[in-house]
Amino acid sequence: MAAHAHTVKRYPGFLGWLWDWLTTVDHKKIGILYLVAGGFFFVIGGIEALFIRLQLIRPLNNFVSEDTFNELITMHGTTMIFLAAMPIIFALMNAIVPLQIGARDVAFPFVNALGFWTFFFGGLLLNIAWLTGEVPDAGWTSYPPLATTAYSSHHGMDYYVLGLQISGIGTLLGGINFMATIINMRAPGMTFMRMPMFTWTSFITSALIVLAFPALTVGLVAMMFDRIFGANFFNVDAGGNIILWEHIFWLFGHPEVYILILPAFGVISEVISTFSRKRLFGYSTMVFATILIAFLGFMVWAHHMFTTGLGPVANALFSIATMAIAVPTGIKVFNWLFTMWGGSIRFTAANLFAIGFIPTFVMGGVTGVMLASAPADFQYHDSYFVVGHFHYTIVGGLVTGLLAGIHYWWPKMFGRMLHEGLGKLTFWFYMIGFHLTFFVQHFLGLLGMPRRVATFLPNQGLDTMNMVSTIGALLMAVGISFFFINIVITSLKPRHATNDPWEDGRTLEWAIPSPAPEYNFKQIPLVRGLDAWWKEKLEGNKEMPPAEPLGPIHMPSPSILPFIMGVGLFISGFGFMYNLVFAVIGIAITLLCMALRSIFDDHGYHIEPDEPKKGEVAA
Amino acid sequence: MSAHDHHAGALPPEPEKATLEGRNKILGFWLFLGAETVLFGTLFSAYLAFRNSVLDGPRPEELFQLPMTFIMTVALLVSSLTSVFAVQAMHRHKTGPMLGWLAVTIALGALFLGMEIYEFNEYVHEGHRFTTSAFSSAFYSLVGFHGAHVAFGILWIGLVILQILKKGLTVVTAPKVYVSAIYWHFIDVVWVFIFTVVYLMGKV
Amino acid sequence: MNRWHAGKKLALALMFGLIPLLAACGRADLSALNPQGPVAQRQFDVLVVAVGIMTLVVVVVFALLIYVLVRFRRRRGDNSIPEQVEGNHKLEIIWTVIPIILLIILAVPTVGAIGKFAEDYWDDPNAVQVKVTAYQYWWEFEYPQYGITTAQELVVPIGKKIAFELVAGDVKHSFWIPAIGGKMDNNPGLTNRFYLEFPTPGVYRGKCAELCGPSHAYMDFKAKAVDQASFDRWVAAMQGPAVLPEDDNIREAFVSKCLTCHAVGDQGSPIGPNLTGLGSRVTVAGILFNDTPEQEYVIDPAKTEENIKLWLEDTQAVKPGNMMPSAGDLQLTREQIDGIAKYLANYQLDYE
Repeated sequence: MAAHAHTVKRYPGFLGWLWDWLTTVDHKKIGILYLVAGGFFFVIGGIEALFIRLQLIRPLNNFVSEDTFNELITMHGTTMIFLAAMPIIFALMNAIVPLQIGARDVAFPFVNALGFWTFFFGGLLLNIAWLTGEVPDAGWTSYPPLATTAYSSHHGMDYYVLGLQISGIGTLLGGINFMATIINMRAPGMTFMRMPMFTWTSFITSALIVLAFPALTVGLVAMMFDRIFGANFFNVDAGGNIILWEHIFWLFGHPEVYILILPAFGVISEVISTFSRKRLFGYSTMVFATILIAFLGFMVWAHHMFTTGLGPVANALFSIATMAIAVPTGIKVFNWLFTMWGGSIRFTAANLFAIGFIPTFVMGGVTGVMLASAPADFQYHDSYFVVGHFHYTIVGGLVTGLLAGIHYWWPKMFGRMLHEGLGKLTFWFYMIGFHLTFFVQHFLGLLGMPRRVATFLPNQGLDTMNMVSTIGALLMAVGISFFFINIVITSLKPRHATNDPWEDGRTLEWAIPSPAPEYNFKQIPLVRGLDAWWKEKLEGNKEMPPAEPLGPIHMPSPSILPFIMGVGLFISGFGFMYNLVFAVIGIAITLLCMALRSIFDDHGYHIEPDEPKKGEVAA
Repeated sequence: MSAHDHHAGALPPEPEKATLEGRNKILGFWLFLGAETVLFGTLFSAYLAFRNSVLDGPRPEELFQLPMTFIMTVALLVSSLTSVFAVQAMHRHKTGPMLGWLAVTIALGALFLGMEIYEFNEYVHEGHRFTTSAFSSAFYSLVGFHGAHVAFGILWIGLVILQILKKGLTVVTAPKVYVSAIYWHFIDVVWVFIFTVVYLMGKV
Repeated sequence: MNRWHAGKKLALALMFGLIPLLAACGRADLSALNPQGPVAQRQFDVLVVAVGIMTLVVVVVFALLIYVLVRFRRRRGDNSIPEQVEGNHKLEIIWTVIPIILLIILAVPTVGAIGKFAEDYWDDPNAVQVKVTAYQYWWEFEYPQYGITTAQELVVPIGKKIAFELVAGDVKHSFWIPAIGGKMDNNPGLTNRFYLEFPTPGVYRGKCAELCGPSHAYMDFKAKAVDQASFDRWVAAMQGPAVLPEDDNIREAFVSKCLTCHAVGDQGSPIGPNLTGLGSRVTVAGILFNDTPEQEYVIDPAKTEENIKLWLEDTQAVKPGNMMPSAGDLQLTREQIDGIAKYLANYQLDYE
């Protein structure tokens, strides 16, 4: 193997800076790209949510038209789940997992970049729909026949189908990458049962992604074939079956919600443990419970279809299976509580979010058990009760967990601590606003308000609660605004964070400078137990013991090909909608880049151990 | 990346696994095949849901020609065997025979593909088009997707052959051979299921 | 300041939670929390079991959390490292077994109710059969036992099992009368069967519960439960011959422009909603109410007439995306619109 250590060409000025970000294959930079892009789409999804709530602030409102309302709910759900929540999850996974396992990067840095750019261009394609006036409007679940060309003849649903396919490729690649990384690249001494919980949940989440996303791909391809090429998967008159879409979609869709929440579980385990100064209570049980949740998550999809008419046997089986998931989830909640028990709890902003997660997610979980009961679900399904439930788990659960993780790991990613006071303001406005917005929605559903309604009639007892819900949404917006102000203010401060700024870090990422240097670890560490860094600190060590001698560090080369491949897919998306020639051109560009990547092997470059490192701060 | 040893010219016994990159690529590819299994599994489910929804189009019994399908199956199975021979040659560091077997592999793959294109063409003339019915859409999606995978494999292995000719067999190029061979085995296994579920069951 | 964090949050949540709780029961014609029939009642009972169990869980978790936050918060100046506890086998078993038991407690009534609600009364001689076909954006109700079809307002006798066959004529819809029972989907190409019972006479509000287009929110329908004698009279009236407008011009316009899609009595076409006895219905187009605020569900024909004109003049303004052309598209004159509206508003069936 050729060992030429060429240095990386770095260009000066703004264009050089831009080129650096467009060609990076560094997991730390890719993590930041995911965070920025995810944050951008989160703001778009949030504005869509505000418009929805403003329309519903009073009965028979006409803030937006009925068509626009259906577009808003479709885009809000799709954007938030696929383009905001998942990318921010990937941001944290990218930024932290390689550090936590003592690796220098992920298994496939090039593919990592490719994953980001395909996600980004898929998301861009979807949201460009707003600019064309042809916006998807059949719900994020896109049920046929409403989603077929017979009832949705404009290009809206095509943006959905194509944007998500392209974005989904990115997610799938990310899942494969993290699984391979965690299996093959752990530092010496780090057995599976010595991995931090966030790494464990990232691992299991990645497995879920690898096994669930292909089902979505098939569904989207079938819908695309129906819409663009005249196929008959969902054309009832030609023998098609609309229930098939529901099965395929939810076969993906249910594991998807576990893909969303498991990383948050991982964050909570880390944050609570660190700020209680105690190891995680029941570590092996937590690992086992996470695996069980993931496994059971594949067995319950039809609880989204109780009213479809599958029959009593199917409904009974899926009810029981769904209820079963409550057991490992409950185990996790109690283990968190007992991690704090006997500890020394510090109420940082990050910890406030983690603590706030617990009662909120439990509330979301118990309404989930209520929904699991099929006969009762006949009342709840497709009503605001469900809207309340999934927002409690996804927003009150996942987003709260992500906010905890972002506040916690901000110093490791950026070398600065977010302002604590603003963080606490964010927490209070966001949390109180959240409960105001979504608690009342459970009652709205039970009082007879279906979901996805552009408005509601007066004198049905729904007026006050809808107004309360809208006010809550405005409060949440205020909270999130404080968060963005915090980011801006913090970025103006100098990079003063130490390697272990919370002082109680337990895991390997806190053993290296903040932000992490380009090569992560000067020497790969030797891991001697669970919570490896904490263990070393307790024994009076200031550094991790090395597992290899000092020497030149081999790094993967940056490449513009992932960006170009993303552009190629983006072009092909438009091509499928408007002119098939461009579909072919776009795919050809992508395939050509793949071929180039194969032909021109990357030999990487070397960093010498005593080279001055950009941005390094003394520990 | 860990220190790599520099025995000038001497390849290790399993060259594809000699480097971390190689091991990562092999593992990553197995994981990708896990995803592909779910993908084809879902396509099979859709096909099974629609296998009787023929509308006015020809029924499976009328359409499928088992003799030709049998020849296609043999071609693909043999091509999988030749890819095994190629990897064995690689482990014995015999680049020439390895490339030879790889070439036979893709030749047989091209034969398979050619016959399949001919078969689809026949079907279209018999009134079994992509848009005819739910059955036909599901059939062409499942079998067509597999065919696309074969086509991609032919291009990929072709490119690998060219690369080995240029760069020789090294610890960098060996994983490419190994991974493309695993891919080829996968599409062969999928074909066995297609042959059984679509063609054999379609004749019953 | 920190020790109050969780307490403050909880107090605020409880406060805001109480407001809706107090208003919880809801309208008797609309709320699932105010069940007016045995199916809704049984579903409410399952809900109560679930809420009971879940409240217990929530209270335990909240209590533990508050205790922990107060008791183990870091005191000022305390830099000690707490004892690092690996876990506790006994506790793990407790908080695995107890939830399993709680779930079994919920699973039993769940499975029981699933069985009950799956009973098929379609061929029961004592049941009333109703075929529900859902369209964008209206509901067709066909009674095969009586050979009649109506739309938007389902009339049923009290005390009998009403056996439904649900199907959709275009996209997916879902048939939901919350006060009477849970919903079942209307799928195109596949029929679903379920049943409901209406023990108490009254008008109940029905909602479409599956996104079906821009007017999904306007696809309301009503279910009117009446005593058996009234129901029999209604059926007889529906079976009667068509009552057409008296005035020749209006009748001619009505027959040539309206009966191409609609039907009254034995005349007309089944494409659009059946208009027989429209004047007896609580709403026009499902959401324009014909009653007055003073007397709910008591029909005022003047109001009905006004609503029909509102509808005819611009159907898209009332229900965007619906299939019915407006008066302008049909080239109806002002006189014809007024005449048809008056005729339909006064087309009442005498059965109550």
